[in-house]
Amino acid sequence: MSYVRPTFRHPELPKNKLGYTIDYYEGSLSTLCAGCGHDSISAGVIQACYEMNIEPHRLAKLSGIGCSSKTPAYFLSNSHGFNSVHGRMPSVATGANMANRDLIYLGVSGDGDTASIGMGQFVHVIRRNLNMLYIVMNNGCYGLTKGQDSATADEGSKNKTGQVNLFESIDLASLAIELGATFVAQSFSGDKTQLIPLIKAGLKHPGFAFINVISPCVTFNNNVGSTKSYDFVREHIEATATVDFVPQMQEISVEYGKGSHKQVKMHDGSILDLHKLSEDWDPLSRQSAMNAVLNAKTKNEILTGLLYVNPDSQDLHHLLQTSDKPLNTLKKSDLCPGSKALEEINAGLR
Amino acid sequence: MKKATKKVTAKVINKSKLNDFVIRFANVNGTGSASANFLFTKAIFRMGIPVTPKNIFPSNIQGLPTWYEVRVSEKGYLGRREGIDLMVAVNPQSMLTDVKSVRKGGYFLFDSSKPLHSQYHRADINYIGIPLMQICNEAYTDARQRQLFKNIVYVGALIALLDIEFGVVEGLLAEQFKGKEKLIPMNVKALQLGMDYVKANFKYPLDIRVERRNLVKDWIMMEGNAACGLGAVYGGATFAAWYPITPSTSVVEGFSDFAAEFRVDKVTGKKNVAIVQAEDELAAIGMVIGANWNGARSFTATSGPGLSLMNEFLGLAYFAEIPTVLVDVQRTGPSTGMPTRTQQSDILEGAYASHGDTKHVMLFPSTPKECFDLTADSFDLAEGLQTPIIVMTDLDLGMNDHMTPPLVWDDKREYKRGKVLDAEALEKIEKFGRYLDVDKDGITYRTIPGTHPSKGSFFTRGTSRDEYAVYTEDSGSYQRNMDRLMVKWGTAKKMVPAPQVYQKSNKSENGILFFGTSQYAAEEAMDILKEQGKPVDAIRLKAFPFNKTVEDFINSHKRIFVIEQNRDAQMKSLLMIELQTNPAKLISVLNYNGLPITADNILTQMSNYLSSSKKLKKA
Repeated sequence: MSYVRPTFRHPELPKNKLGYTIDYYEGSLSTLCAGCGHDSISAGVIQACYEMNIEPHRLAKLSGIGCSSKTPAYFLSNSHGFNSVHGRMPSVATGANMANRDLIYLGVSGDGDTASIGMGQFVHVIRRNLNMLYIVMNNGCYGLTKGQDSATADEGSKNKTGQVNLFESIDLASLAIELGATFVAQSFSGDKTQLIPLIKAGLKHPGFAFINVISPCVTFNNNVGSTKSYDFVREHIEATATVDFVPQMQEISVEYGKGSHKQVKMHDGSILDLHKLSEDWDPLSRQSAMNAVLNAKTKNEILTGLLYVNPDSQDLHHLLQTSDKPLNTLKKSDLCPGSKALEEINAGLR
Repeated sequence: MKKATKKVTAKVINKSKLNDFVIRFANVNGTGSASANFLFTKAIFRMGIPVTPKNIFPSNIQGLPTWYEVRVSEKGYLGRREGIDLMVAVNPQSMLTDVKSVRKGGYFLFDSSKPLHSQYHRADINYIGIPLMQICNEAYTDARQRQLFKNIVYVGALIALLDIEFGVVEGLLAEQFKGKEKLIPMNVKALQLGMDYVKANFKYPLDIRVERRNLVKDWIMMEGNAACGLGAVYGGATFAAWYPITPSTSVVEGFSDFAAEFRVDKVTGKKNVAIVQAEDELAAIGMVIGANWNGARSFTATSGPGLSLMNEFLGLAYFAEIPTVLVDVQRTGPSTGMPTRTQQSDILEGAYASHGDTKHVMLFPSTPKECFDLTADSFDLAEGLQTPIIVMTDLDLGMNDHMTPPLVWDDKREYKRGKVLDAEALEKIEKFGRYLDVDKDGITYRTIPGTHPSKGSFFTRGTSRDEYAVYTEDSGSYQRNMDRLMVKWGTAKKMVPAPQVYQKSNKSENGILFFGTSQYAAEEAMDILKEQGKPVDAIRLKAFPFNKTVEDFINSHKRIFVIEQNRDAQMKSLLMIELQTNPAKLISVLNYNGLPITADNILTQMSNYLSSSKKLKKA
């Protein structure tokens, strides 16, 4: 890790529509190992928020415990952050979101934090379709405690000490699809071109957006025989399509590659532009997404890209019919029934 | 059928039993007895006579024994009393126990449709046989009605036996079936059948009976859990997350019901409230912490096992200093224990929940009115102190109807949101430090996410950090922070409700100390001791941390009887830990059988101690 950040910035760094240069979206210096996949994902978050012209203070970043959960300190220092309890970020995010529906919520978690200790909260936040982007930085091991296998380590995968994992792995992306997540994607920390548009689309999605990002642990799980090493992932990666995220009101000008292409219009008018679509896959069908993930798995491939999206998703506030005004802005006059109502209640109890 | 007996019924009206007796209903749960029993209680309440009912119910939905015990007390004693004067025994499963629990000279009312087996015969009690099943089978054809109206028929019998005003009961039925008036005549008929049978077969009323008084003033009858729920509505809670657990379930259900009435926009149908039923208690408290962090008043409610699960998060809220409100409706036992019985056994668990050095503010309501007041206050306290506030009630208070003074709200009252910096205030500050003790009271300034584009954002964390919320493993910073939290604890002592002191000046070398639902029995015991010429001084705790008044009370008495409803003398331990009180000075009066404590129990334990300590001195 570096311990000093150069203060020099190019004097002509481009500004976004809000007048901020990209460094305004950075956080404190990362303390993760040099080459950690997580840092690339942090960089992706910074880039996406900068390009989307997000006011940092209108975004809240939350996490659990672990290497991945440290990252919110390394991006968006002008956002409020909450590094909560191991595996419990979804509940804290749920309460935060209920309190103020107007902010953007970004949750960051790891495979230990999500697939083991936090599995209960993960599956239930999906059921509730909380409006948030949930990123798992998935490296198949417990980094902070020095490399034990996690529940996403593939059966047969070898860790640094040469031990082979005996147990079936939990596939978070297919689990999310199964549970009804309304936006599910998978990516690789080493593929910014794919990751950034996915982050953008996930932030815009009006419901629960999930991105499972394979993010190799350079220190404990980057060895030969590991299925979460840089080399293994690069060799076995397969994409559903190339993704471009086109924000609302912006002209679409992307170069189409070979193969078919499809546009998914999101509820605010933004467009997800998918091209070079893989065969037999429809991003609007849960069944098709599930098949695609399983097919790739059978072929020992890691399917990345957008897997499934439901653009008509209705989030928890919609389901609960909460007020359009954020609950944390309501005043006594909105909330307190007053003494006269209380006298009536008393009368009914005599 | 053992005919009951005109000869044993009241010969002379016994004045001492007028408006002073205990009646117990032995029912099968799930048979509709609850509403009939409540009708009985409410009728006595409406006659202006103090009355207190207790549900002694199983952790079950249908088929198991359940009891409903009603104490009628001219003197206004609202605690439980041992000794059953009249048993309404309509559950064959529990009849042997039921017949044994009747006081000598008391009454045993039973369904005499079939002959009473000799095993239930006692020579020293009076039997009142009413053929409930037979009456209902003749009067109703529908099977469900035959079952339900058996309950109303025995209420009818009691109207005659105890001299309850029939008009009062009729009035209650009219209120109960407002909008379903068709049901009224059927119910009145059932009451009449019970009354008629008594009138035709027994001398009535009995020596235990009621007579109209004007002793309930403007008081209301309410359950503590509903009062907590209503207090949360008045206190401005906009979010609640919870996981169902007996006996706390009806807190959030109460909140939900009142919110449906008061928090829904009549035009749009949109709600000024959100309630989430969480997947477990961990998630429930996590959500509440998230919402409070983001500036919405929010709370959860739970009971013992739930409190255990919430420990880790309570530590986070303490250390990261996030307002949190938790209502703990205590129940009996470690583990699952007896989920439908009462106890005050989460005291130490609440005080020091979570690993590491933690201390939590607890409030101890004694009545539904205090449940309402203290729940509403807890939001001001939580935001004022930026820490969890645990409202410690119990099953007895939460799930039983209690006579309580009417609820009061001052419309001029504003919500005290504590030290929160808005955008304007942030503009004036050069550098914001989330954990900087600007006012030297241990309470620092916080900001709500989304307030200001470039100032006031910080990283909330459970890890150690410096005054500017930056992660640090520096020993000095850690210790400074922990010491500041103790300064805040000192501030809390001044902010929490003061204890209730019962005397202007001390009159005895003996003091009694109690809290929560022990109040009823403790006050009764005090009365009796006074009548015996042995008055004691008393203090009722309303909060933890203990303030100076508690310390002074203990210091100015030779011995303090600490009355509490658990085995391990948890409040006594807390006094010893926090006030360094000499343990020899604190004498425990304990009750931990799952039933509410009685005055008799308190008096027996006190006098046992006093007489044995006298003997010791002599020896």
